[in-house]
Amino acid sequence: MSKPRQNLQGNRACALGAIAAGCRFYAGYPITPSSEIAESMASELPRVGGVFIQMEDEIASMGAVIGASMGGAKAMTATSGPGFSLKQENLGYAAGAEVPCVIINVMRGGPSTGMPTRPAQGEVMQARWGTHSDHPIIVLTPASVREVFDQTVRAFNLSERYRVPVVVLVDEVVGHLIETVALPDSDEVETTSRKWADGAREDFKPYEIPEDGIPVMARPGQGYRSHTTGLTHDATGFPTQEPGQVEQVMTRLLTKLDQHRDDIEQAETLHTEDAEVLVIGFGIVGRAALSAVNQARDLGIRAGMLRPITLWPFPERTLRSIAANTAAVVVAEMNAGQLCLEVERLCPDTVAVIPLNRIDGEPIEPRQILAAIEAAAGSMTNSKPTSTKQL
Amino acid sequence: MDTPADRSFDVEDYLRLDLFPHFLCPGCGHGIALRALLWAIHELDIDKNRLAFVSGIGCSGRLSAYIDADTFHVTHGRPLAFASGLKLARPEMNVIVITGDGDCLAIGGNHLIHACRRNLDITCLMLNNEVYGMTGGQGSPTTSVNRYTTTTPLGNHEPAFDACELAAAAGAGLVGREVTMQVPTMKDLIKQGISHPGFSFIEIISDCTEIYGRKNDLGSSAEMVLSQKKDILPTYIDVAEVNAVDQPFRPGSWQTGVLAKNDRQEYYKAYLDYCKQANPPGHGETHGR
Ligand SMILES: Cc1ncc(C[n+]2csc(CCOP(=O)(O)OP(=O)(O)O)c2C)c(N)n1
Ligand code: SF4
Ligand SMILES: [Mg+2]
Repeated sequence: MSKPRQNLQGNRACALGAIAAGCRFYAGYPITPSSEIAESMASELPRVGGVFIQMEDEIASMGAVIGASMGGAKAMTATSGPGFSLKQENLGYAAGAEVPCVIINVMRGGPSTGMPTRPAQGEVMQARWGTHSDHPIIVLTPASVREVFDQTVRAFNLSERYRVPVVVLVDEVVGHLIETVALPDSDEVETTSRKWADGAREDFKPYEIPEDGIPVMARPGQGYRSHTTGLTHDATGFPTQEPGQVEQVMTRLLTKLDQHRDDIEQAETLHTEDAEVLVIGFGIVGRAALSAVNQARDLGIRAGMLRPITLWPFPERTLRSIAANTAAVVVAEMNAGQLCLEVERLCPDTVAVIPLNRIDGEPIEPRQILAAIEAAAGSMTNSKPTSTKQL
Repeated sequence: MDTPADRSFDVEDYLRLDLFPHFLCPGCGHGIALRALLWAIHELDIDKNRLAFVSGIGCSGRLSAYIDADTFHVTHGRPLAFASGLKLARPEMNVIVITGDGDCLAIGGNHLIHACRRNLDITCLMLNNEVYGMTGGQGSPTTSVNRYTTTTPLGNHEPAFDACELAAAAGAGLVGREVTMQVPTMKDLIKQGISHPGFSFIEIISDCTEIYGRKNDLGSSAEMVLSQKKDILPTYIDVAEVNAVDQPFRPGSWQTGVLAKNDRQEYYKAYLDYCKQANPPGHGETHGR
């Protein structure tokens, strides 16, 4: 049974998804266009016995979220561009010390203060590489109000299961979009919690690695008396700089998601079986792509769509298998060309990778994508498709 | 079974001895502060399993690793932010922050002000050695005027913070200061801080003998500590009658003891009251599981 249909805003759906996933701690700092998430959490959390705290800045918010998670709470923060930059240092701590947490970035135009109320997708690379050094991270990108709910739930589940920070990139357009949705009842929402240590203290090593590659956490106050640090640490949790050990622990950290990619990667595809021209776009651009691909099909062009829902790790195998039979890939994104770099990396040389960019604070429209598909299909009959980069 | 308080204090009962030798320089004041802290915990008879230490980055920040409790060594300047989340998720834990003058007043200054304002029940122990010890002796927000550091090679020209006045003005529940020379009184002050139901800020005047002391010709570690003696008044701990310590290497007179108290409602209690409005029939369990 689902709940009755309701008109729901994307940002509010995010908060409701978090609550449904079991989030009981929110720390944040207001910033447009994400503030409705904080406001919704401020009204929801007191009702379910959770804690909402408005911190002095985004650095403190991220610190408090990690502190609460180390204490055992499922914890989240939400922000946008400038605030996302401030999250990065502590986000790296969560990645290195393997503390589950969820960070929502409702994307606005940038750089700097940029365009607080305009949509953009400028944090494709920052979401992956924003904090210093090599680190694991998962990034999800919903495209509709319902998907914001679902992917926020999933963000918590993946974060808990793999002890990794999960970023959800929400388009400003989606965050502020109001759609009619029927949310699932709370008993229909599948939730996961991290594994807690329950054996003898003497046998417990906080970063000893079980078969699934994910260490088991000790809940403070349960007598394990273990140490957590942002310094590079061995299985005991204490710092090490011994090269052999460092190599081993870093390799494990950086590859821990690999064996779980089937669970982590998600993408929506349309007409990819016979697509000559493939359009790739995430979030709201994926919705424009869907419409454009359908129109192209009506015109007799064999177009297809890949909408990554998991942006990082990028759904590599899905793209590789589609690209093997495709002549051209249009990468549509609301930035100057970030995701196209990853797509270029993954496509064989025989495939023309065509960037389609928009950086004027407006969403990419279906007709722009359709034009790019037509151009690619047209030039295919002549020679190799040429770039239609629009800046 | 006898409680720890019945036994005499043995610092080794509270340390992770397998990590020894520790990394502090011989004579470093931070070790003295750590001993006083553990002594205070012993006398308060706090269950080790109910103790969480959160520390930042610096020589001071490294201390948490040596304590046999749940310990969290976090990012530079942010231990109060992490500790706030931890305390709100596990209100039953005693949460103690160990931080340095750079960690707490420079990069973490904003977090300190707001932690004081909120008055969440955390004890913050700031070890003030007037210098960035860990990074090799650069100037800090508490470096005294004219002192030499690697970034004030001509003698410091910047005025220093009075951290206790700052904390008191921002509304901390309890504010106090002590010098490393007075270990028993430091222990007593820390006990008061931990027992106070609200945010406690305790500044320990510590000694970076190896870097700051050497650079400023302040003598051996014993000499540095002894020089704190000048002008310490014998009375102790009463907000009305504060003591003054005038240190030759820290010009101006430092007041020690409990310097301010504020009985405002503790943050989490206030939050629970606030939540009752959302959940009139009784709020029940309050933190996330
Ligand atoms: C973001 C960041 N900036 C700078 C540093 C380098 N750093 C490490 S410790 C430290 C200063 C520590 O000074 P203090 O807090 O006074 O501690 P002490 O070593 O004197 O006990 C600095 C600047 C860092 N680790 N992280
Ligand atoms: S450098 Fe200074 S503060 Fe750090 S351990 Fe040595 S004496 Fe102590
Ligand atoms: Mg210092």
